[in-house]
Amino acid sequence: MQQMWQRGGKSIVFLLLLFILWELLVYITATPMWLLPAPSDVIKEIYNGIWEFYGHLISTMKLTLLGLSIGCSVGLFIAIILYRLPKANQVLYPLLILSQNIPTIVLAPLLIIWFGFDLLPKLIVISLVCFFPIVVASMDGFRQTAPELKHYMEMVGASRNQIFWKLEMPHALPSIFSGLKIAATYSVMGAVISEWLGAKQGIGVYMTLAQSSFRIDRVFAAIFFIMLLSLLLFGVIRLVEKLMVKGRKEGV
Amino acid sequence: MLTINGLDKAYGDLSVLKNINLHVRDREFVAILGPSGSGKSTLFQLIGGIIKPEHGTITLNNEVINGKKGLISYMPQQPSLFPWRTVLENVVLAAELTGKPNVEEAKQWLEKVGLAEFENSYPIDLSGGMRQRVSFIRALLSKQSLLCLDEPFSALDEFTRIKMQKWLLSVWEENRKSVLFITHSIEEAIFLADRIYVLSKRPATMKAEITVPFSRPRNESLLETTEFFDLKQQIFQYIKEEIVE
Repeated sequence: MQQMWQRGGKSIVFLLLLFILWELLVYITATPMWLLPAPSDVIKEIYNGIWEFYGHLISTMKLTLLGLSIGCSVGLFIAIILYRLPKANQVLYPLLILSQNIPTIVLAPLLIIWFGFDLLPKLIVISLVCFFPIVVASMDGFRQTAPELKHYMEMVGASRNQIFWKLEMPHALPSIFSGLKIAATYSVMGAVISEWLGAKQGIGVYMTLAQSSFRIDRVFAAIFFIMLLSLLLFGVIRLVEKLMVKGRKEGV
Repeated sequence: MLTINGLDKAYGDLSVLKNINLHVRDREFVAILGPSGSGKSTLFQLIGGIIKPEHGTITLNNEVINGKKGLISYMPQQPSLFPWRTVLENVVLAAELTGKPNVEEAKQWLEKVGLAEFENSYPIDLSGGMRQRVSFIRALLSKQSLLCLDEPFSALDEFTRIKMQKWLLSVWEENRKSVLFITHSIEEAIFLADRIYVLSKRPATMKAEITVPFSRPRNESLLETTEFFDLKQQIFQYIKEEIVE
């Protein structure tokens, strides 16, 4: 608990100060709500609209989790292939980097044209934004295996497979988790963007509706929930990391 | 049991080992003594089968094992324990590679060497000497009959080292495998081994073979006897020639 205070407490206090400043400025300058709502208005909106919002939140959460798990599995799979088959690495790695250069905002409408308004194009968007950090982090992890441990495994006659599954894979776990944390935050963003472009439900849909009707307080409420979702995911991943990564110094 | 005949190894133009002949008998403790960079570790890599010699044969139990892996037990210079495995999971690692490890036997060994209470600890919580013990038990538990130890105590301080040497002897006398032990300490070689091979500096050739006459079990009072000192002097003469440029 004390550790949590040291880590997050100070930034929460600072954030509160900023909110108070914001509230005061809105009050003093008498800014209309459709331009910039005060934090108190946003909180009121969150409180009043929570039941209406609930459905959207659950929908986005499901989409995020599904997309994240697909993206991470694909990412890990690709990383293993690329690491274990250096020839495939030479061919595919540049293509992977290029795939990250396509702006999501351009790609998403195309995917909708090709695949319709179903789940599939949305999942492709989310997977696409979150598999890359996993690939890069995992491959770095595999490569950074301690040389003396590898030498030991070779000396006692371990096969390539044994070296990978008993040494390189567990050794890379902390790196993989770092990638996973980045991917998790990206995946919420990916989900919201994919919902913008066509969905019946979700925070993205709620946001577009709020924006087009100048309900800026609702936009802020949506932003708040997006952040909450990201933090939640991040926390869950840290928890799993703590349970799985043992005997090593704690990462960030 | 292990016989090495006319072994040559070079990396490109750099000759590392030249015409090495040695043998290890059943249940015998043999030390290889040589200056740093004399190719001692290369010799182990050849026996371990990671690299192949230019000439010569390595024979283990009447079978030529040039370039064949997985036939020796090995204890490296650093403990090389896997940080995410508990002590118990670490000691069965080498045995795990060739089949299902015998966890009961592993537990008994840990009990015997006083590490039972650390069975579920991670290496990060152990001292340097304790890690080396775990590393040695790991080597003992794999079923190969030849045990290769590569300067296992060189990273330890003097106090821990003498303690560990005594410990090693006591464990080994109970479970006599053939041992090939690399070291650069004359005292360590005399104290532990039945026979000592002295290597020259690079390219390493076999400079001398010395039989250690002391009976077993040995303890540290041996280190103070004149016979021990004389033998040390004798070996030092060989080494001296290598120091002179």
